[in-house]
Amino acid sequence: MTQHHRLETRELSAGYEKRVILEDVSLTIPAGKITAIVGGNASGKSTLLRTLARILQPKAGNVLLDGNSVHHMPSRKLAQVMGLLPQSPIAPEGITVADLVGRGRHPHQGVFSRWSREDDRAVFRALEATGTEELAERDLDTLSGGQRQRVWIAMALAQETDLLLLDEPTTFLDVAHQIEVLDLLVDLNTAQGTTIVMVLHDLNLAARYADHLIAVGGGGIRAEGAPQQVLTEELVQTVFGLSCRIVTDPVSHTPVMVPIGRHKAVEKHKDAAA
Amino acid sequence: MSDMSLATPRAYRRPSTRRIQVLALLTALVAGLILLTLSCGRGCLAPGDVFAALTGAPGADASFVVSELRLPRAVLGLVAGLSFGLGGVAFQVMLRNPLASPDIIGISASAGAAAVFAIVILSVDGWLVSLIAVVAGLGVALLIWTLSARRGAAGARLILIGIGISAMLDSITSYVLLEAPAWDRAEALRWLTGSLNGAQLTQAIPVAGALLIFGGLLAFTARDLEALRLGDDTAQALGVRADGTRLRVTLAAVGLVAIATAATGPIAFVAFLSGPIAARLLPGAKGLLLGAALVGAFLVIAGDFVGQFLLPARLPVGVVTGAVGAPFLLYLIIRANKNGGTL
Repeated sequence: MTQHHRLETRELSAGYEKRVILEDVSLTIPAGKITAIVGGNASGKSTLLRTLARILQPKAGNVLLDGNSVHHMPSRKLAQVMGLLPQSPIAPEGITVADLVGRGRHPHQGVFSRWSREDDRAVFRALEATGTEELAERDLDTLSGGQRQRVWIAMALAQETDLLLLDEPTTFLDVAHQIEVLDLLVDLNTAQGTTIVMVLHDLNLAARYADHLIAVGGGGIRAEGAPQQVLTEELVQTVFGLSCRIVTDPVSHTPVMVPIGRHKAVEKHKDAAA
Repeated sequence: MSDMSLATPRAYRRPSTRRIQVLALLTALVAGLILLTLSCGRGCLAPGDVFAALTGAPGADASFVVSELRLPRAVLGLVAGLSFGLGGVAFQVMLRNPLASPDIIGISASAGAAAVFAIVILSVDGWLVSLIAVVAGLGVALLIWTLSARRGAAGARLILIGIGISAMLDSITSYVLLEAPAWDRAEALRWLTGSLNGAQLTQAIPVAGALLIFGGLLAFTARDLEALRLGDDTAQALGVRADGTRLRVTLAAVGLVAIATAATGPIAFVAFLSGPIAARLLPGAKGLLLGAALVGAFLVIAGDFVGQFLLPARLPVGVVTGAVGAPFLLYLIIRANKNGGTL
């Protein structure tokens, strides 16, 4: 059912108004995989995601989906292929979960077309996949932070796109809910082959859950590839200016970044002195 | 926790009986109100007499009162109320703030000032007044957008700038009225608070035309406008062009409000009140545009009836709606301070 689409950037420069944040970025998002964009505050990781999702116009260069510029495609057609969950989405007051998730069907409906059986099925699948079916009639305002985030993801799922972009989907969630949301995205990726691109704050969770890491810093891409190759002590030093040790996650055998601060270190670390 | 868990797909968007009931009830209320205003003034006519007068049956003695006085008043009240309600809610939904209604941010004031200027100083009438009012309304909308243009125009900034511009325009209206050679108090009041006094059927024609054209444009844009309520980013992710939608909605809403204002004056707070009232009647907000239009018509016709016959002195409709609207404005400001208040 899911088709693999090729999303790439060519010599992309992106930013806000007069300020260029990223320059000359050329990258390819691996189809059918989970990609995490990591980087420091104001490094441009959100800017990259928002430009990929054609929320921001590029300053130069292109974002190409299957070879066509996303900024020149018909909006509705693009919305049938690529979805986005922004960092802090807004909901109208008093909206129910089912109604909100149903809004994800927008690009599949015409100006005056009616709600169809297919729309019902899509909403059901989205609620079921996110475990929010029993919340369907609830008012969004009455849900907990974790439940609400699952509902927003359900809305993006109801859009039934082959590519799903998420801007920090775990912010404001406690650690249990962060894991729950990331597990859900893996489910989606394995079950339906959805290509997922997300901005993540937490390096270690990014390394655990992503197949492909993109490290953003200093106005461009510092490294990209499998987490084992990307997440190194040198990279953390360049991107975050932080000395660290990389150890192996005993649970997932992925790299884990352990920071070295000025205090609390038991052994002497050469890097910390530097 | 909810006890509603079902194992099979079901209809998540049933044809909402509540929505249909509320809209039907509002329509019936407006229709009933029109019938009431046609039949009753200081005294009441039998429905048969009203019908006879409307159809121009020979020997109907109520003919003049009903056809020449009450009918134009009811028709103008209806189309103006629909326009104010629709234009108001379109602004409020688009800017995600009930305070961002055209009568608060200066759109109505600009149309009113332009209409007064056109009539008193330029001595024009008819369609030209409507046109000048629309152009002024669009100009002021553009001015407010430009002055408040920073990412996301929905902020308090836009509303405060609009209130300032509104005050300036109101003073222009007052000045022109003071300079006008021979205006009576009633006519002046029309341009200050809005009134249906001296309504003629010909005045209702441009308003009805605007309803058809701009109401149609809004109906065509309603789905995208609805998506805009989820924020610009989400709307764009759903395939809606935020800027294009805002442009269409602004054009339509300004057209509706300005042309109605050119006919009746800026009937106080109708545009502002209709949306929030309709939103409370229609939770989940499906059918909000139509609901707000009907509430607007109800407010204008009911306010006019109350002002004419149920109060000790005859007052124009704007005084009545203003008296109802002002406390509600205070309530919304207090509430907005608590929770940021979307519509």
